[in-house]
Amino acid sequence: MQIVLTIVGKDKVGIIAKVSSLLAENNVNILSINQTILEGYFTMVMLADMEKATVSLRELQQILQKKGEEIGVEIKAQHEDIFHAMHRI
Amino acid sequence: MFNIREVLETNRMIQENNLDVRTITMGISLRDCAHEDVKAATARIYEKITHRAEKLVRIGEELEAEYGVPIINKRISVTPISMVAESSKTEDYVPFAAALDKAAKAVGVNFIGGFSALVDKGYTDGDKKLIRAIPEALATTDIVCSSVSVGSTKSGINMDAVREMGQVIKAASLRTADRDAIGCAKLVVFCNAVPDNPFMAGAFHGVTEPELVINVGVSGPGVVKRALEDVKGADFGVVAETVKKTAFKITRVGQLVAQEAARRLNANFGIIDLSLAPTPAIGDSVAYILEEMGLECCGAPGTTAALALLNDAVKKGGLMASSYVGGLSGAFIPVSEDAGMIAAVEKGCLSLEKLEAMTCVCSVGLDMIAIPGDTTAETIAAIIADEAAIGMINNKTTAVRIIPVPGKKVGDNVEFGGLLGHCPIMKVNSFRADDFIARGGRIPAPVRSLTN
Repeated sequence: MQIVLTIVGKDKVGIIAKVSSLLAENNVNILSINQTILEGYFTMVMLADMEKATVSLRELQQILQKKGEEIGVEIKAQHEDIFHAMHRI
Repeated sequence: MFNIREVLETNRMIQENNLDVRTITMGISLRDCAHEDVKAATARIYEKITHRAEKLVRIGEELEAEYGVPIINKRISVTPISMVAESSKTEDYVPFAAALDKAAKAVGVNFIGGFSALVDKGYTDGDKKLIRAIPEALATTDIVCSSVSVGSTKSGINMDAVREMGQVIKAASLRTADRDAIGCAKLVVFCNAVPDNPFMAGAFHGVTEPELVINVGVSGPGVVKRALEDVKGADFGVVAETVKKTAFKITRVGQLVAQEAARRLNANFGIIDLSLAPTPAIGDSVAYILEEMGLECCGAPGTTAALALLNDAVKKGGLMASSYVGGLSGAFIPVSEDAGMIAAVEKGCLSLEKLEAMTCVCSVGLDMIAIPGDTTAETIAAIIADEAAIGMINNKTTAVRIIPVPGKKVGDNVEFGGLLGHCPIMKVNSFRADDFIARGGRIPAPVRSLTN
């Protein structure tokens, strides 16, 4: 299963490092990263593969939410199919 | 890979504009539950529902978490109970409603629909008993919904049933007088009822449906309103195109959830109902879409035209996005469930008569309208007759869910709570139609050509 991670918040040092090391700890493989600053906010979209992950998507969502609160950004993880459905024919 | 703009657009629709899947409704056939002994029949009903729908809520919650899109309701619809109960040797059908209520609560769904009878052309003995039981059934259960179909384009209108439903609505109101007539909020009178509607209170599992089916109702008035904010002042070609594109995106989400839910629940995927279903939440209103098109207030001249465009564009966009479309499919205008409609009534801009005109061009009918408690059964029946006539002549579904609130007068307010919202009591034309309703019999089916 591939998932889309969305990270939005105030820009600061080390957001990518913290999120990617958390994903590595849970054996979630990052496939691509798209990052920019939108209206002053750090905005990042990641595509990741959960095939060999050591946690379920719901567990990962909880871990990410906790980490997000810790570093002051909002992190969402969703099954990629919702974006496929809406934006690709 | 998706670009950032696409991902953020989807998430903004969900977080800021109330995009949601309004309901996953599981249709369950109860045709094999009939038994001459009431206890055996109701036990079979309980057993079948709790077995078939065992995982419905859990799967719904799973999908909600995985896709990150809220799924507001999980519901069940069943074969019209008049057909299932008919074989039982009893005069009292209330125990069937009790069994539905108990089973629905056991599996944790929000509502169960199908305490229903279809009497477009006439009554069977079971239909008569079911309709007689409605007021008591709705008063003694919490999440059972009831519907009665009184006419169709093919059959005409059963005016005996129309008259009786006026009395049933009054009785349901009085029987739940201590709860602002909540019984009536769970009761719909249809013309051209559809067998695959996932929305309450009118959902039932039609006789032509499979054993087990998943029907999904999408929503998203807030998303459409937001999209129209970007095309202020543009002509109607642009407005229609914008609504179509938005409806397409909304429906694709519904299609994804429906297919996946059906697969995981081992059921057939039935249909997507392309509806714009409002909720009382701010920013989730159909009325505000109409106002965004340039009306000062919903109900002003121009409202019917605006709604016609909206309803049609939603269907055109949605049809492309789903492999199977059905149910009611159109914009809903339930007064108490739509913040903009409530505001329009409070301002004196939206009347019952204008709502009736609006129902000619949208789904479904006079919905969640509170009226004075002293409105007579005959007047309510006459309102039903008018609405059924609109459906019959225009070959569309129309419905009446109207709530005479005991002790309340025009200008008072009534609070139903939750998704049912609140509503000011609306004025009803006080001239009488008693002699018209007293006639009874059937209004013949209409001619289908010479359609002016």
